[in-house]
Amino acid sequence: MAKRTTKIIKVNYLARVEGEGALTVRFRSGQIEDLQLKIFEPPRFFEAFLRGRSAVEVADITSRICGICPVAYQMSAVYAVERALGVTVEEPVALLRQLLYCGEWIESHALHVYMLHAPDYLGYPDVVAMAKDHPREVERGLAIKKAGNAIVTVLGGREIHPINVRVGGFYRLPHKKELDALVDLLQHALEAACDGVRSVSTFPFTQALAPPELVALQPMLSNDAYPMCEGRIMSSAAVSADVADFEQTFEEIQVPYSNALHSIVKGGGAYLTGPLARFHFHQSKLTQRALDLISECSRHQLDLNQYNPSQSIVIRSLEIVHALETAIAAIKSYERPDKPCKDIELRSGTGMAATEAPRGLLYHRYSLDDDGRILDAKIVPPTSQNQRAIEEELRMILTGKAAMSKAALSQLCEQAIRNHDPCISCATHFLKLTIEDLDGLSGVDASAN
Amino acid sequence: MPKVAVPKLAVWKFASCDGCQLSLLDCEDELLAIAGRIRIAHFPEASRAVIRGPYDLSLVEGSITTALDAERILAIRRKSRHLVTIGACATAGGIQALRNFADVREFTRIVYAHPEYISTLSHSTGIAEHVAVDFELRGCPINKRQLLEVILAFLQGRRANIPEESVCTECKARGTTCIAVTKSTACMGPVTQSGCGAICPAYDRGCYGCFGPKERANTASIKQDWETHKGVSATQSQQIFRTFNAWAAPFRNAAEGPPEHG
Repeated sequence: MAKRTTKIIKVNYLARVEGEGALTVRFRSGQIEDLQLKIFEPPRFFEAFLRGRSAVEVADITSRICGICPVAYQMSAVYAVERALGVTVEEPVALLRQLLYCGEWIESHALHVYMLHAPDYLGYPDVVAMAKDHPREVERGLAIKKAGNAIVTVLGGREIHPINVRVGGFYRLPHKKELDALVDLLQHALEAACDGVRSVSTFPFTQALAPPELVALQPMLSNDAYPMCEGRIMSSAAVSADVADFEQTFEEIQVPYSNALHSIVKGGGAYLTGPLARFHFHQSKLTQRALDLISECSRHQLDLNQYNPSQSIVIRSLEIVHALETAIAAIKSYERPDKPCKDIELRSGTGMAATEAPRGLLYHRYSLDDDGRILDAKIVPPTSQNQRAIEEELRMILTGKAAMSKAALSQLCEQAIRNHDPCISCATHFLKLTIEDLDGLSGVDASAN
Repeated sequence: MPKVAVPKLAVWKFASCDGCQLSLLDCEDELLAIAGRIRIAHFPEASRAVIRGPYDLSLVEGSITTALDAERILAIRRKSRHLVTIGACATAGGIQALRNFADVREFTRIVYAHPEYISTLSHSTGIAEHVAVDFELRGCPINKRQLLEVILAFLQGRRANIPEESVCTECKARGTTCIAVTKSTACMGPVTQSGCGAICPAYDRGCYGCFGPKERANTASIKQDWETHKGVSATQSQQIFRTFNAWAAPFRNAAEGPPEHG
């Protein structure tokens, strides 16, 4: 055989992720020479056209960044603007927001676990093909997803781009009986979600890896809470920062091959946010059923304490259980406040907020003029933050694998990327994988696009 | 066994938030039934598997914002028998069409340190500005019931039954008290096409126009009402029209027109 030098793998359109991305890997003499996770989702310039808009429009406008996690955008946006205006929402309103966010965690995680990620483990191209042989898994996923969407619909008006969140609170508060009507559906979804954890915990997992720097929120208002709406920023490498210092702690850099900015630790490198990071720091704060399931997993020799992104499907499933139990508890304790919204006085100021979107930390900052119009906006979505860590993880996974077939390498890379549920629509948005083989094999599109 | 030709469905994405194609996956009760009636041949958000075109029904999400996408939509049209746009981006250019009123180079400089790496068009436009479109489904996001009706109508070979009346009609049907009258809210309901179910007034807020202009919308009159009776400034009424359907002609013209005073 001729002397081999270089091999290039291209996945031209990463499937089963939200948005448009691609991956190119170039091997030379069996070593990775270059690896680029490209986001070619066209830029949409939200931070630019937000300038001059009123601060009260942020929830409606920024939700349109992402149809998969619009509530996350609404939450980071309204909390940031409220800080700029010096407004703190009442506790019952904050709890309702958490309930809405639980709805989104449930539907977004169920979409990823059952419809996008599970087919990788069970060996199917998609959920429809998987449903023919595993109807119960798929039906379970759809039932859980539906329950999450039901919360968002009752509280938010509709499941995608809900309309009820506003700066200062909500437009309309639900009556107790409207929320109580959800409890049965959520209880059934909770049982399904627990079965789901047992089921995905038997999937075939790859080996544990050396962890990247992990970053998550550390709740401040309630020390024993699993992070969601608020907290300080903490990392596994000694970062502990107020959200207001996010931009002093992390920086965004631009790479020529991607429309999404890469976020790194200032003076450091890549870091990872999302379920793996949240679980690493806060697993003991999950709800009781989730904790019981972790014990059950460990009895079956599943070690969730090591850093293993292929087990992220189990962790997401545990977070679904947590979000369902949290939602049920919130509904049971709900008493309708008198006023849906605080009185807002528009004025100048700067406010920052970070919340835990299903796929990781989402940071917003707004500076407002005297009339509450936006002078400057900054939005750092989870996928921008995770992009570099995912690239580094792919390098680790691909080391020593140059001899594998292109089809096998493509599947390996795609699954490794899907482990982190990247939302490319958020990061600007599409995934496409290129494996270049400079050993004489020309670059072949591994995707069928 | 006789071979039955199952129609092939393709879902395509341009500049968008993915929410409208997600509506298909949000049909939790119908998804598997749909998959039994129509073959999902190209839907990257949901599947790695791709079946070659031509396609019987193409659903197109997103707006055209790059030179490459302007070419890609031509190729998609050629291999699509029936092409339906889904949502405000594909139909009217979406929220990203706000660049159409500004200098996109300036926008690029605001967001990116190296604007030279970014290639983008000065305008974000709907699909019908580039190719023939068989049906436009409105909404930001679309209503999944209306999406199911579009797919079902296609399978049955009939025109989709999508009403073109205003949000007010749905609001009355829902039994909501008119907030424009009772609370003097600047509501876009009278000039906006129905389809959402008139959600916003039922949640105590004005309609903000997700489904775009209804046919023969009297935008000048409603603008005058907001500015003379509802305390809305000319700048505010311009911004009310400039959101998710800003590039749809009636809203575009309403925002550009001189403020009218009665």
